[in-house]
Amino acid sequence: MGKTIAEKILSRHSGTETYANEIAVAGLDFVMGQDGTSPLAIRAFNDMGGEKVFDSSKIAMVIDHSAPSPLEGVSALHKLMREFAADKGIKLYDIGCGVCHQLMPEQGHVVSGDLVIGADSHTCSYGAINVFSTGVGSTDLAAGMISGKLWFKVPETFKFQINGKLGRGVYSKDLILYLIGDVTADGATYMAAEYVGEAIDNLSVEARFTISNMAIEMGAKAGLMRADAKTEAWLKAHSDRVSQPVEADPDAVYAKVKEYDASRIGPQVARPHTVDNVSPIEEVEGTLIQQAMLGTCTNGRLEDLIIAAEIVRGKKISPDVRFIVAPSSRQVYLEAMNRGVIQALVEAGAAVVTPGCGPCVGTHNGVPSDGENVISTANRNFKGRMGNNRAFVYLGSPATVAASALNGKITDPRRYVR
Amino acid sequence: MELKGRAHKFGNDVNTDYIISGRHKFKTLDMNELAKYVMEDLDPDFYSKITSGDFIVAGSNFGCGSSREQAPQAIKCAGIGAVLAKSFARIFYRNAINIGLPVVECDTDAISAGDELAVDLSKGIIKNLTQGREIAVKPLPEVMITILNDGGLPAHFRKHGTFNL
Repeated sequence: MGKTIAEKILSRHSGTETYANEIAVAGLDFVMGQDGTSPLAIRAFNDMGGEKVFDSSKIAMVIDHSAPSPLEGVSALHKLMREFAADKGIKLYDIGCGVCHQLMPEQGHVVSGDLVIGADSHTCSYGAINVFSTGVGSTDLAAGMISGKLWFKVPETFKFQINGKLGRGVYSKDLILYLIGDVTADGATYMAAEYVGEAIDNLSVEARFTISNMAIEMGAKAGLMRADAKTEAWLKAHSDRVSQPVEADPDAVYAKVKEYDASRIGPQVARPHTVDNVSPIEEVEGTLIQQAMLGTCTNGRLEDLIIAAEIVRGKKISPDVRFIVAPSSRQVYLEAMNRGVIQALVEAGAAVVTPGCGPCVGTHNGVPSDGENVISTANRNFKGRMGNNRAFVYLGSPATVAASALNGKITDPRRYVR
Repeated sequence: MELKGRAHKFGNDVNTDYIISGRHKFKTLDMNELAKYVMEDLDPDFYSKITSGDFIVAGSNFGCGSSREQAPQAIKCAGIGAVLAKSFARIFYRNAINIGLPVVECDTDAISAGDELAVDLSKGIIKNLTQGREIAVKPLPEVMITILNDGGLPAHFRKHGTFNL
């Protein structure tokens, strides 16, 4: 019987022939935690009687959710992480290094065919480079650090066949928002998503990360893509590890298959307060905004910053808007500086903050006020997500965010993109 | 083990940001402190309405969103005996079992706010005492029963040193 990508990776890592709905105990290639989840994992590690980690070279911790620390309580948790990492000999990415989901692939920790867990729900991001990676909680993270293994229910797979090409001013963010709006927030719950087709093949690896990143917003356990020549070239530039790409068999069994035509999709916006509350930009154009946010593990990569910079270059953002930019890593930040991208954004009026998650998760660096509207490149717009449950968060592409920052209202980026 | 308590009803897609907001969760490991803010963005007074042993009864996709384990921890520390929902988001579901918070998949339309319930986890029976009816329960996977019976994943690891499923 043919296998999906998920079935193949979980079979290889469990040393069994395993299929959807079976339970597999599988070996892990990499284990990651961030500062919102690692402190509880350290407590669970000790509670489990953990002494040594299974392999210190296969674990990393990242301080990105509150970086630098805005509060005494947070500082104590960061200190706990630093001490644990030093004691166990594991890599710690401290403040300023970047967002965990940018760092794991960028620093070469994960390659095609890997099985990876991270104590953060957007760990599914690395599916874009053919990694079965999934989010877990702190106790599972602790179990992974001790044993190098985890149990998985092998997921069924939902195949998204995306034909055609995305049009001018339309990006991978618009595509994934459209898909989430179509299947809803639990449309792929307990399943792995596989994203295939011409539209996916045409995307850069950076743009693909945006799609896999948001697989969790349709409930999926993983957001997988096949590895192609672009993936291979990208991995060569970022990792010394040998990758073992996996393709789905032609006779693999899918729980669901849906087809889409990318050429019919325009810019999309998720309205407050759920990610699946998606509408074409025409329906929300003109909505006044007080804040625009460019960054996060969804859309803070170099390509995203370039797209936004090209729109605002030589112009000034609306005086009624705060435009916050958080590059997704130090490396992205430096590259963007070298290429004049940061300069274009700052000259237009942007405020650049430390690479990290702060504005997206409401810990600091841009908490909106009561009744304010925010347009953001993030992946979630839940009530209270940005730190104020009386604010309203809209989600869109980097181009939509940049165009909206210029006008002080939600704006169709096709007005600016040639 | 039979749990008895009253039902507190919530809708679909209750995410972990609603269960415990990022405003609070990154600050402390004191779960009793976090428990005071459970469901704050949906019902600011929720914590004060809980009698120990009460149930959260919700629609589909309960616990979607971030992987924060503070969410089931805060629910457990607030005195909730179990969460009943039509379906759960998978990370929350795992986390709840790992920390020993019972989660039950069932048809929650058969339960109204304030109903008195008796939940027998080992037999898989929910009795709605107010409405005088029984509600069928979708059984947990065997591995999860093993972990729950050991008292959660930390206890399972203390016992076996690794996964023994």
